[in-house]
Amino acid sequence: MSGSTYYVPEQSKWPILASVSLGLLAYGAAMTITAMTADRDSFGPWVLGGGFLVLFYVIFGWFKDQIREEAEGLHSDQLDRSYRQGMLWFIFSEVMFFCAFFGALLYVRVFSVPWIGGEGDKGVTNMLWEGFTATWPLLQTPDMKQFPGASAVIDPWHLPLVNTALLITSSVTVTFAHHALKENKRRALEAWLAATILLAVVFLYFQAVEYHEAYTELGLTLNSGIYGATFFMLTGFHGFHVMLGTTMLFVMLLRCFDGAFSPDKHFAFEAVAWYWHFVDVVWVGLFIFVYIL
Amino acid sequence: MATVDVDLPHVKDEDPHHHGPAKGFGRWLYTTNHKDIGSMYLIFSLSMFMIGGIMALIIRAELFQPGLQLVEPNFFNQMTTMHGLIMVFGAVMPAFVGLANWMIPMQIGAPDMALPRMNNWSFWILPFAFLILLSSLFMPGGAPNFGWTFYAPLSTTYAPESVTFFIFGVHIMGASSIMGAINIIATILNMRAPGMTLMKMPLFVWTWLITAFLLIAVMPVLAGVVTMMLMDIHFGTSFFNAAGGGDPVLFQHVFWFFGHPEVYIMILPAFGIISEIIPTFARKRLFGYSSMVYAVASIALLSFVVWAHHMFTVGMPLVGEVFFMFATMLIAVPTGVKVFNWVATMFRGSMTFETPMLFAIAFVVLFTIGGFSGLMLAIAPADFQYHDTYFVVAHFHYVLVPGAIFSIMAATYYWLPKWTGHQLNETMGKLHFWLSFVGVNVTFFPMHFVGLAGMPRRIPDYALQFADFNSMASVGAFIFGFSQLVFIYNVIQNVRAGEKATAQVWEGAHGLEWTIPSPAPYHTFSTPPKVG
Repeated sequence: MSGSTYYVPEQSKWPILASVSLGLLAYGAAMTITAMTADRDSFGPWVLGGGFLVLFYVIFGWFKDQIREEAEGLHSDQLDRSYRQGMLWFIFSEVMFFCAFFGALLYVRVFSVPWIGGEGDKGVTNMLWEGFTATWPLLQTPDMKQFPGASAVIDPWHLPLVNTALLITSSVTVTFAHHALKENKRRALEAWLAATILLAVVFLYFQAVEYHEAYTELGLTLNSGIYGATFFMLTGFHGFHVMLGTTMLFVMLLRCFDGAFSPDKHFAFEAVAWYWHFVDVVWVGLFIFVYIL
Repeated sequence: MATVDVDLPHVKDEDPHHHGPAKGFGRWLYTTNHKDIGSMYLIFSLSMFMIGGIMALIIRAELFQPGLQLVEPNFFNQMTTMHGLIMVFGAVMPAFVGLANWMIPMQIGAPDMALPRMNNWSFWILPFAFLILLSSLFMPGGAPNFGWTFYAPLSTTYAPESVTFFIFGVHIMGASSIMGAINIIATILNMRAPGMTLMKMPLFVWTWLITAFLLIAVMPVLAGVVTMMLMDIHFGTSFFNAAGGGDPVLFQHVFWFFGHPEVYIMILPAFGIISEIIPTFARKRLFGYSSMVYAVASIALLSFVVWAHHMFTVGMPLVGEVFFMFATMLIAVPTGVKVFNWVATMFRGSMTFETPMLFAIAFVVLFTIGGFSGLMLAIAPADFQYHDTYFVVAHFHYVLVPGAIFSIMAATYYWLPKWTGHQLNETMGKLHFWLSFVGVNVTFFPMHFVGLAGMPRRIPDYALQFADFNSMASVGAFIFGFSQLVFIYNVIQNVRAGEKATAQVWEGAHGLEWTIPSPAPYHTFSTPPKVG
């Protein structure tokens, strides 16, 4: 297998099933959410649930095929490179997804909020809500009836600082795990991987505590104006990615227990580690632009 | 492009592992073959082209005369919206991906796409996404009616219920595009035959490499903007609502940050196709190969910093207006390089005018007209007059119909003999070309005039002074629309029968795809050819 032949898989049922599942998920989610807002019943949740069932079936089945093919030695170096490039471009697409939300945050802070407050080029918009003053964090919204604002925002130097330390440490531990894998120290690999997962879980717990505090004590909600909107969308999508990453790390740990991965062939592990570093870097961006500045 | 000398040790399939296509419909559901998937993309695109086309004809029928004759204004708005969405995401983009699937592996000497199962996944998402989108026509409140650019608050506060279905439909078609693009990049970067260096790649491959990069960069931003809409509509956020500190203009910024590169996603592969066809029928090498590559790359990079030229009238600081105006005009430079190179390729060539070449030449001329009207729109102070008029409609239809669509038709006629093994019926091909050429110009050229005179777009009724040009445009639209039946006839006829095509098909054709027999065997290049 010196790259002269390339493994083109036989026909597979997974792609079409995966498409069916995405179709059900999209339709079910739309039905559910539309009915929820209109306050009526729908069978959307059933469609959504069906979509998830098919999705899990596909995930298990497709990865099983994948792992079996690798075990059979069908993965050439060239195919390995295709997978690596695929994963890197996927992470790049995720970065661009977060860029949309960071861009929105930058825009409201630099342009639109000051404009509504009467400053700058388009300050004339202040006539919509005379007397509104621009501040950041925006606790007093222009229309407090529709978007009731918040009494305070999360202090970056308590839980968020701890969370920053947790995630950065977890990036280090996952790298230790990778080195252990390359040196074939299986116990160390499992220990460092488990440590990474532990750090991730504690991070998620602290995020939950923070959200709870925001909703119950600070009045900081999705509905509290543009600060709440950007805060929860950015940290929320990040938290969702941490959850995904933690699940993937956990699967890697199970596979380690199962004796998977060799010191020179462990692409799945590396892909998860890359993903984990990406999640970490996004957090650093969040900590600076959402919490501190 | 550099000359390609090829060793072909294995034109026949020697590998016992390889075999023909599977039997029955399962072949299409479970396939991992780039040719099958390419065909499915192309057929899907053609059916969407027909559906979107019918919507366009409904629009033109209503606009044949002033006053309201055929449809309710709300239904008219649904038609303009759905026509745009279907043509952009359902017709043009999948057609280019289909062509990429068919041709890129054959042009770079690869056995298949890099990730064949994901390839099938990318395709099969699309029928589901468009079922969701089309089903919205039958929902209470009707289909999306806020224009294909779905500006907030039309698409949030004032949207019909179906907007949520639209949002999730966009999500999954975006996933499809991203996976398709990742696959194309991995194929091009990783699967080239030995000796096929980057600067020896055919231009169609080059333009797709850059297009795929644009797709991966901006489709997630589209996902981001529809997610913000979803949150504003259902979960109380205020991204696009100034009452909470947000800004409806923010929607337009995020949308066009996706939208402008998206425009180039729909034209760069067309540049690649034209750069393949013109050298073949001019029987000369492409003039300025490397400058073509650099021009495409510059256009792609510039596309990230020009988005707000769609928003000159919306309220932007003066510095912004000036920056986006000049950045936009800068794009005319690499585009000019390309047009110059196509003309220089034809200059003193031994030209013949088979159907693909006719479409290619029409592309060069008519796309350039669309480019020039784009330049007019790029001038910020002048744009205040043109904005939201039929001049804009004329502009982007000139770049998309005789631009993108003509290039897809040119590509189909050019490569069809390779796919089916049958020579083209030139008479019918030329009939299709001339009907389309006349139809397109009769439809869209008068729109420049009514636009400059102030006729607003997306309105079902208009003032009497626009009547003559509008009836002319409607006649043209029906000519263009029905002449596509000739196209469908030509394709079906060519699949069924025809004179046997040679491997090279066209006398002046060069490149790896012309070294394999016609029709191309189900599996090609199971061991890579050597490119000298």
